Amino acid sequence: MSEHGAIKKFMYVNRKAPHGTIYALESLEVVLIAAAFDQDVTLAFIDDGVYQLKKGHQTKGIELKNFQPTYRALEDYDITKLYVEKESLESRGLTVDDMCVPVEVKSRADLGRMMEEQDVVFSF
Amino acid sequence: MLHIVNKSPTERNAFESCLATAQKGGAILLIEDGVYAATRGGAAEPKLRAAMKNVEVYALAPDLEARGMASAVAEGVKLVDYGGFVDLVAKHNTCQSWL
Repeated sequence: MSEHGAIKKFMYVNRKAPHGTIYALESLEVVLIAAAFDQDVTLAFIDDGVYQLKKGHQTKGIELKNFQPTYRALEDYDITKLYVEKESLESRGLTVDDMCVPVEVKSRADLGRMMEEQDVVFSF
Repeated sequence: MLHIVNKSPTERNAFESCLATAQKGGAILLIEDGVYAATRGGAAEPKLRAAMKNVEVYALAPDLEARGMASAVAEGVKLVDYGGFVDLVAKHNTCQSWL
């Protein structure tokens, strides 16, 4: 339980491909901060955000940090609600088997409803 | 001439704008988030296929590897490394970057 009252529902909406911009990495950093405060965290991956979880990132060639292993560590912070949008996967030729961590596939409408239920929404 | 695209085809219209402009015999190099346009199975693949009838399409291998997409490259796309990138720029008289 949080020392300062009620636990809030936090949703992180990830819409950007990894590496081309700093959004994906920054989102992860903020997610880990919220986790340290024992909040109720949900991660949503929609549009190009689904590419963040595409298995097999090898960043040696572009000399950038490979932050993909951090997604696998989220479970240790009790962050287990990871949702990937169905249509975003399909239009990119991806399936749930391409994801580097366990995720639940949701429709755009389901994610829209979940978004409405949040106390705080972070947009990346 | 050489056209360079560094934006995801599902986030911006840079790739489409490039395809609409590129002339027969030209070359397109996909880098950074632009490499997603070189992958198979997505909604953008038919446009890529159509384009490859008229232009050579190259993709930067380190950017594909970084995104876990090296095994998903569409048939006919030629992979280059950073040295190959330089060779392409040197080989063409002019270069348009679709930023």
